[in-house]
Amino acid sequence: MTEPVSFLKQSPTPPETAEKFGDLHPPFDSQAAVVESNRCLFCFDAPCMTACPTHIDVPRFIKKIASGNLTGSAQTILDANVLGASCSRACPVDVLCEGACVMHRYNKQPIEIARLQRFAMDAFHAAGDRAPFVPASATGKSVALIGGGPASLACAAELRRHGISATIYDARALPGGLNSYGIAEYKLPLAESLREIDMIARLGVEFKFETMVDAAQLKQLEQTHDAVFIGAGLGAIHKLGIAGEDLPGVTNALDLIAGYKTGDIKHVPGRVAVIGAGNTAIDAANAAVRLGAEEVYMVYRRGPEQMSAFSFEYEHAKQEGVRFHWHKGIAAIEGTDRVEGIRVTSLEASGDGSLVAIAGSEFSVRVGMVVLAIGQATHTGFLADAGLKIERGRIVIDRVTGQTSNPKYFAGGDCTNGGREVVDAVADGKRAGLGIAAWLEGKDANA
Amino acid sequence: MPTLKNKFAGIECINPFWLASAPPTNCGEQIMRAFDAGWGGAVWKTIGEPITNVSSRYSSIDFEGRKMMGFNNIELISDRPIETNLREISEVKRRYPKHVVIASLMVESKRETWHEMVGRAEDAGADGLELNFGCPHGMSERGMGSAVGQVPEYAQQITEWVKEKAGTPVIVKLTPNISDIRMPARAAKRAGADALSAINTINSITGIDLDTFEPRPMVDGKSSHGGYCGPAVKPIALNMVQQIQSDPLAMLPLSGIGGIGTWRDAAEFILLGCGNVQVCTAAMHYGYRIVEDMAEGLLNWMSDKGFETIDDFRGLSLPNVTEWKRLNLNYRIVAKIHADKCIGCQLCYTACWDGAHQCIHLDRASGGLQIVETGIDPRYALHEPNPHGMPTPGQVFAEAGKKITMTPIPKLDINGAGVNSSVTPLERIPRVDQDECVGCNLCSLVCPVDGCITMDRVENGLKTQTWEERTSASPMGSY
Repeated sequence: MTEPVSFLKQSPTPPETAEKFGDLHPPFDSQAAVVESNRCLFCFDAPCMTACPTHIDVPRFIKKIASGNLTGSAQTILDANVLGASCSRACPVDVLCEGACVMHRYNKQPIEIARLQRFAMDAFHAAGDRAPFVPASATGKSVALIGGGPASLACAAELRRHGISATIYDARALPGGLNSYGIAEYKLPLAESLREIDMIARLGVEFKFETMVDAAQLKQLEQTHDAVFIGAGLGAIHKLGIAGEDLPGVTNALDLIAGYKTGDIKHVPGRVAVIGAGNTAIDAANAAVRLGAEEVYMVYRRGPEQMSAFSFEYEHAKQEGVRFHWHKGIAAIEGTDRVEGIRVTSLEASGDGSLVAIAGSEFSVRVGMVVLAIGQATHTGFLADAGLKIERGRIVIDRVTGQTSNPKYFAGGDCTNGGREVVDAVADGKRAGLGIAAWLEGKDANA
Repeated sequence: MPTLKNKFAGIECINPFWLASAPPTNCGEQIMRAFDAGWGGAVWKTIGEPITNVSSRYSSIDFEGRKMMGFNNIELISDRPIETNLREISEVKRRYPKHVVIASLMVESKRETWHEMVGRAEDAGADGLELNFGCPHGMSERGMGSAVGQVPEYAQQITEWVKEKAGTPVIVKLTPNISDIRMPARAAKRAGADALSAINTINSITGIDLDTFEPRPMVDGKSSHGGYCGPAVKPIALNMVQQIQSDPLAMLPLSGIGGIGTWRDAAEFILLGCGNVQVCTAAMHYGYRIVEDMAEGLLNWMSDKGFETIDDFRGLSLPNVTEWKRLNLNYRIVAKIHADKCIGCQLCYTACWDGAHQCIHLDRASGGLQIVETGIDPRYALHEPNPHGMPTPGQVFAEAGKKITMTPIPKLDINGAGVNSSVTPLERIPRVDQDECVGCNLCSLVCPVDGCITMDRVENGLKTQTWEERTSASPMGSY
């Protein structure tokens, strides 16, 4: 197999941007990693492993760091989660493995699982351009995967493990989806996502870029492949439906994050308003700080107790200097040629729980940029003819196999769960890969 | 107020903490600094015909990130001229008359040579003499050190020569590299030694470099067995101390050596009969300053226990060490897991299944907890398994990889898998089948939480019976 073209070498992130977004959690050096790994109790049937959606055998990989078996450690991680390097940086471990660590129960710091996982994966990648495993010999079967994010990547790797060829179709110029373009650079640099996908490409996964699959092409792919995996994620960020929303200077969180990661955006105006209070909103607000904004306001309709961001993200944003404005709505975006400010109203709960503007509470705030971060729409239009059951915009799947109501279609990731974490997408993709392999084998048996 | 002042083999000392004959006692300047730091005495680095050392000389065993759990050296005796060492002994004694200086000696096995050496050391002002019959490397190849200590007749002969001449107490330092430490100890006693010190270092190779295949410490690609010491050897030393102090033919005032680094270690050696202790590795690791806590900690402990002097508790544990055949076969303890302290790591479960007797189970949440009155079945005495007649649950296997879990989203998913709870879920708290538990201690040893697993006495109504008694009562012999 010839070495595929390196995605890592095509990383567009400018060095000056990378410098502004240094590691939030710096890596361990090797001696510190050994000390930390030796703190792990090596629990039986470990709660951290249960809590991980991909069920990485955490105590096992940690003990291998302690013994100096770093190759084995990385392989333990990769066996469960082929995006183990990304997940070690991007996962909200406070509510996953580290949150489940039994150490909490006797007033000890949980094991720093994420940093240890990163240590093992960094060592794996530093040792050279290796594949995570050797694919099985070709079965002659092929699968088309729609979307190049974590769900499809994990699914494709699992298919290759079973000797099934996998072709990923993605709308962008580089693979990875939100893993590459949508995660704060201080957590997961774009280049690191690409480095990991280079490893997956070594398994023989094929990529077709700048291809937005529509209904007609989907039909064609269905006919030319033995199965189709939908890992298309979600659609564009919602709009507010208010005056001024189309002014230059109004953007959304995903465009802002992708923009700075690719180098298209290098600076932001001095005052920025972010509308929303989810995890993506916080990533956008922090990014605005690092891109030069002197004042960053987060404007949210409800109070801190209702915000959907993880509490550690909220704390981080406060550290970065982001200012939170609770119980505030946006009445309009002001400006003539471009954004000049926002019209803000105070909100209160009415008798039925809905929010109503408090009369006379309106005021204007001068800002040069408005970032919308009020959730993503779904992206299922291209599936109209595929005959998949869809509920509230989410593709309905069998949780164990990823199979949809059309047996030839499997799906996973944000388009099935409404938008969760990278690790959830990886788990979905891996289960679907196994589901497809089993289904294709069963079909053969029945033929 | 308790005091650390004591008398060892007739030598008065301000406290029982001596530096052992080793690099920390290489010269007078060091020893005077050690006395300033609080050490009561020092056994001078062994004096004899100056040797040539190699580099490197030390290696060690780290344990799970902590350094020097075990320490090894291939350094020989003093490489300084005898005259220099003796002159410095005089200087130290002149400036520190209340502190103890013991001259450790090693010369070739000739009566006249020993007589001359003893005379010079005493003339220099040494408070006592320690005969180094223990050094296990290098010197033994030249017929000295452990080559003497390993042959009781040689040890006896040289001790007799020394006693012919010596006016100060003679301490014989024993090597552990022998099948029964009592034999050289008895030889020393026969020869009239005033005291013993034990143990010297243990023959060892600390490790092999996996890149170069060379042992450590490496000298130009090769190594030689060294002498092992440090925290790792303390249990071996305690056993040898007990063997000596329980043998009337060997028992003498004993200076305890081997892995002592804290007041707790010192107290244990004294409880097994030692009159004082000697320290090396801990001082090499952390410096002379460690003696401050050793002295203060021991005094505080003595105060708590109501002991006024070292002699008040010296040897108190000796009657509690006996032969196996005199242990009570009818004494029964069982493990108890205190659920309020359990963090759910389940190490006890794995340990009991793989390393012990398969009597810890994970069935609390599935109704497996059956209250069975313990200790009422006579088959306990026979150690028959499963006296309650109920089926033993099978071993369960890890379930962690079989569940589908997702990242919990705040406000959307309550009690997601990763949401930490300060309360351990019932299904993670193991249960001990107390009828099957043999009371081996393993679970309580692996449990990371103090006091979570206790080994509780079970009153079974059976009278004390030892194996000795049982076999003498039963013509059928032992079981």
